[in-house]
Amino acid sequence: MLEIHKLNKSYGSHCALSELDLRVQEGEIFGLLGPNGAGKTTLIRIINQIIEQDSGEVRMDGVLLSGASIRKIGYLPEERGLYKKMSVWDQLIYFSRIKGLTALEAKQRVNHWLERFEIASWKGKKIEDLSKGMAQKIQFIATVIHQPRLLILDEPFSGFDPVNAALLKTEIINLKKEGTTILLSTHRMESVELLCDQVAMIHKSKKLLDGSILDIKSRFRPAQIRVTLELGNTALPNQWEVESTEENRVSLLLPLQGQSPNQLLRELMSFGEILAFQEVFPSMEEIFIQQVNSSVDA
Amino acid sequence: MHKVLLVIQREYLARVKKKSFLIATVLTPLIFPAILAVFVWIAVEEKENQSLRVIEVVDETGLFFMESSEQYAFSSSSKTLEEAKALVLEGERYGALYLPKMELSSPQGIQFYGIENPSTALIGYLEAALKRKVEDLRLYAKGIDPVVLKEIRTQVKIQSLTLGEAGEEVITDATVNYALGFLAGILIYLFIFIYGNQIMQGVIEEKSTRIVEILVSSLRPFQLMMGKIVGIGAVGLTQFLIWVFLVGTLSTIVVGVLGMQMPQQQAMEMANPELMAATSGAGDLGGILHVIESIDFVRLIVAFIFYFLGGYLLYGALFAAVGAAVDAPSDAQQFMFPITIPLLVGYMSLFVFVLQDPYSSVSFWLSIVPLTSPIAMMGRISYGVPFWELVLSMGLLVLGFLGTTWMASKVYRIGILMHGTKPTYRTLLKWIRTNH
Repeated sequence: MLEIHKLNKSYGSHCALSELDLRVQEGEIFGLLGPNGAGKTTLIRIINQIIEQDSGEVRMDGVLLSGASIRKIGYLPEERGLYKKMSVWDQLIYFSRIKGLTALEAKQRVNHWLERFEIASWKGKKIEDLSKGMAQKIQFIATVIHQPRLLILDEPFSGFDPVNAALLKTEIINLKKEGTTILLSTHRMESVELLCDQVAMIHKSKKLLDGSILDIKSRFRPAQIRVTLELGNTALPNQWEVESTEENRVSLLLPLQGQSPNQLLRELMSFGEILAFQEVFPSMEEIFIQQVNSSVDA
Repeated sequence: MHKVLLVIQREYLARVKKKSFLIATVLTPLIFPAILAVFVWIAVEEKENQSLRVIEVVDETGLFFMESSEQYAFSSSSKTLEEAKALVLEGERYGALYLPKMELSSPQGIQFYGIENPSTALIGYLEAALKRKVEDLRLYAKGIDPVVLKEIRTQVKIQSLTLGEAGEEVITDATVNYALGFLAGILIYLFIFIYGNQIMQGVIEEKSTRIVEILVSSLRPFQLMMGKIVGIGAVGLTQFLIWVFLVGTLSTIVVGVLGMQMPQQQAMEMANPELMAATSGAGDLGGILHVIESIDFVRLIVAFIFYFLGGYLLYGALFAAVGAAVDAPSDAQQFMFPITIPLLVGYMSLFVFVLQDPYSSVSFWLSIVPLTSPIAMMGRISYGVPFWELVLSMGLLVLGFLGTTWMASKVYRIGILMHGTKPTYRTLLKWIRTNH
């Protein structure tokens, strides 16, 4: 769906992207992770043709980006806004028309979305008369009104109140079901871990790693096992890390040291009743920090 | 192109639909006649309400006889100055004019006493009357009869004509040309300023509300900028045309009402100036009509619309660039100088040079250089400008417009995405040099 090859961009002496490669598959939710200033917004602006790369190429469906790609992309920038004095209706029609819809299509689409969100009665209201949450809904509709095949969301959950953030999450999943490919950029990695099929981590203009979340996590084992035990009479070995103790129940976080989970399980059985036994992966954030540190060391 | 039209449409409708637009459009042409009407009314009221003011004249020379007018009556009853002052204090007299014994060659010591501070109109009136009297007396002393002098006094009037290439003679009157140049120049100046500012405000609004990032993911920054400039220009043009229509209608009504009160002969003269010129020579009204007839109005109007739009587009691009470079209207001031200075130069020189001498070399250059030409050329054009000068000036204006737009689009496309940094002239220059 989207292929990015050896992309470079610098502003004066500051390098924003260097030799970046990415591949986003059709129909997946792709997470672009990295701290502020990593180059995420620059990359997104290049895909949206707001700015131009210094070198490298971006292809959509195998074709280099052009004016025709605009129609296929929906973009919700990190900093967003609407015309305050314009009515909801006029605004949505305008945004869909400049994306390339005909007047008739625009009308149908706007009506469809207003009904989908049950806000048809807001049509004539000016944005300045709406609450912030209401305006956020309109903002989202303006982003997806032209049925983009690729939806780009830059820090989508920042600035949205919890109710709208939940709604946004539901809509993202719905759109994915309808076949939309979604590129989601954020520096709050934990917020998207469950949403994304694939992720790429970017740090200081370079890609650190990419792949499916499960793939990355299993690559970053040693995974650990969280165990809850009801203690018997045997004392626990000293090197085992006790997370918490409640009467005679203890929770342990144990590394698999060359053992299989079953071997560990057998060993544990001698210490008491096993109440829970679960594999724990490092969080994306931990992996990221680990990766950054190792790249600094290298 | 299709998207530019959408932007133009949005910018146009967003402004025209506003109540403030409607109010400004309808009220502005009424304001000037209204102010005028108020002044006339006040003046008329004052005259009607004013009772005759009696002024006591204390004339120690015995030479002056003051003639009474509609407003002032003069009483000369050989009172002393003290008696006259007393009369003023009692309210019997409005004021007292004291004429001491004096040398007529240098009259001095004339005083006016009153309870109120006398108006400049009254003092002026008295000074003029006394001056006439003194001059008459001195002429008489030299043996010249003022009556004879009055007979000798003659009025001379020069009719100015311009010679065309084929030797055809055209009556001209600088007053009419002055008025036309003045009006056209000022209109263009105001139009550029008012609507240029609207462009700037609009760009700042889109930038500060961050709409612009969504917009430029759908269309090119250049399309957005041009759409805005053209859309707002169309608003201005609409407003202007409505004004022309309203003023036209109003003045037709006014002339119609006045026309009924006009003597028949005068009305006929107005209707047929040639006949009138033939019968009574070049009378004032007929002369002006003649001059108006001789002006090439088609050329004037075409040129006006050209410079109106050309000047607006040239400066509009610059206003857009300034809007894109800053975060808030209050920051815009520092970049306004390069825009306001040439505009002000054009405006000031309209009075100082162009209308004073439309054919001087200063006027020529002002009307050729693109930054000042929209105002300066409109000041000159009704006097008649050689065709090649007009073509040169218009050509350069188009080039100037392309130049400023090119520069502005570079500043614009980078500026609209920059937040939080205050650019300097040096950064702007860097943006212009950036190649993309």
